[in-house]
Amino acid sequence: MTIGLRIAFLPLTDAAVLVAARERGFAEEEGIALDLVRTTSWATLRDRLVYGQVQGAHMLAPLAVAVTLGLSQQPAPLAAPYKLNVNGNMLVMACDFAKALEPVIASRLADPLGTAHDFAAAIGLWRRKPVIGVVHRFSSHAIMLRYWLASAGVDPDRDVVLRVLPPSLTVEAMHAGEIDGFIAGEPWGSAAVEAGLAETVAIGERIWRRGVEKVLAFRESWLEENPEPVDRLLRALVRAAAWCDDPAHRDDLANLLARPDYVDQPAYLIDRALSGAIVARAGEPPIVSPDFMLFGREATPFPWRSQALWIYSQLVRWGMVDHDPATATRAGAVFRPDIFRRALADSNVPMPGASMKLEGAVASPLAVGSRRGELTLGPDSFFDKRVFDPERIDDFLSGFAPPR
Amino acid sequence: MRIVIIDDSGLRASVLEEGLHEAGYDDIHIVPPRGGFVARLERMAPDVVLMDLGSPSRDTLEEMLTVSRALARPIAMFVDQSDEAMIGAAIDAGVSAYVVDGLRKERVKPVLELAVRRFNAFAKIQSELNEARSALSDRKIIDRAKSILMNQRSLSEQDAYALLRTAAMNQGKKIVEVAQALITASDLLGGGI
Repeated sequence: MTIGLRIAFLPLTDAAVLVAARERGFAEEEGIALDLVRTTSWATLRDRLVYGQVQGAHMLAPLAVAVTLGLSQQPAPLAAPYKLNVNGNMLVMACDFAKALEPVIASRLADPLGTAHDFAAAIGLWRRKPVIGVVHRFSSHAIMLRYWLASAGVDPDRDVVLRVLPPSLTVEAMHAGEIDGFIAGEPWGSAAVEAGLAETVAIGERIWRRGVEKVLAFRESWLEENPEPVDRLLRALVRAAAWCDDPAHRDDLANLLARPDYVDQPAYLIDRALSGAIVARAGEPPIVSPDFMLFGREATPFPWRSQALWIYSQLVRWGMVDHDPATATRAGAVFRPDIFRRALADSNVPMPGASMKLEGAVASPLAVGSRRGELTLGPDSFFDKRVFDPERIDDFLSGFAPPR
Repeated sequence: MRIVIIDDSGLRASVLEEGLHEAGYDDIHIVPPRGGFVARLERMAPDVVLMDLGSPSRDTLEEMLTVSRALARPIAMFVDQSDEAMIGAAIDAGVSAYVVDGLRKERVKPVLELAVRRFNAFAKIQSELNEARSALSDRKIIDRAKSILMNQRSLSEQDAYALLRTAAMNQGKKIVEVAQALITASDLLGGGI
């Protein structure tokens, strides 16, 4: 029997796995009629999920944690049994602003710490407090930007203005001079570079080499009550993700995403993130970054609880939630490795043996314990070499300078 | 009660404003979600903010509501959890409502209901308008195809139309599709009219 599922998404390159699952038959093979609902703001995506207009959503991982903790309008326990991608973000700044930074962009991107310090110096030279667009308070982008800025002593709440705007309006806002730069998912950074409005200042993959990005989120109650549809969908997505990672399908995927009912941007811009060939300044040859965005390999979809807790640690750090053990437990429980294991129990997907790990501890590809098959984890280090131990959140937090 | 309508479509906002006026609300302001709209809104200190659910600027608005120090009372999304039908109707109609803390839900509900009705009415008008527009452009396309046939094959207008209709029926297509194909082919062949 075919099961109909409605999933809300935002027009972004990292909706790829959902789009491929629908358009290339992976959902159908599992008996799922997948209906993808295009949405233009995270607020509306959240509302459609929370109030049951859709069963699932392509959601910012921190937003799933925030909604569960009651930090974003109507509180609702959400559950994320699947990560749709890691990495894929890019910080771009107006070309004039970037003049104060390392001019050779490959060197600039290779040294995020040095660039953060250059950025700190550039703030004082700019004609106003720099206004940086972020897609949401509870976005991986905002959290990553804060982490990066703070490494150079920049207080993201005082020394710059973070302005929230949806990805699809970023380029227009650059054009109107309302913002001096922004950090967003692709293809929006590339679109601003291509328009000659901005150049790349940092890419997410160099800040946290395996940064958690979008998850597939459900209402927890719906997830518990509907094991069969969830399991079928997860199996379809795992196969769609492998298809998306395969370079042979890149042109096809870029053209699919370019359609007006999906991202509605030119395929050649979308392809840059997919192939990891980032044009960082208009007219320059691309900078090769093979890990720019991952969908399937290295068990990318596996929702490590430690990653939800890392997100939680950052919400605490910036005063968005008060730290206590019960809240931490609720935050960690948003990621559901148990469901992932159940859904893929009979598949050949390599399955991590643990549900938590040290985040940032893998410096080079590492073979790890897996229930079956070979599982190699890619490097997941933070640019500042910190390691997050999910069992010792307090120690991790006390390692950061307190907010001024 | 001060009501602010944030809307991109001037027409829909007017339709809603008119309905609210008729219902006896008189402190209504329309703000398009552009440029510094958030600062303007902050200065207005509204009691109720109505916004199109489909507007990409909702995240910007919510951020302001979260961090604003200028608003005397916090504003949150209005949801009466006990009224699931209302929530569904509002989302279907594309209405989101933000309400200041402490405003009783009995006072908000009529406003929200009115917004839902007006948004739905507007959507209906718009789809009728779109249909009328496309009917008009269909007729233009068919007229052009007819005149190509009349010129090239010396047919009467009636015969040209009959030929288009027969071709459409034989191919299982709409007349306008056949007409469009004919125009394209004629343009490619440099026939023109």
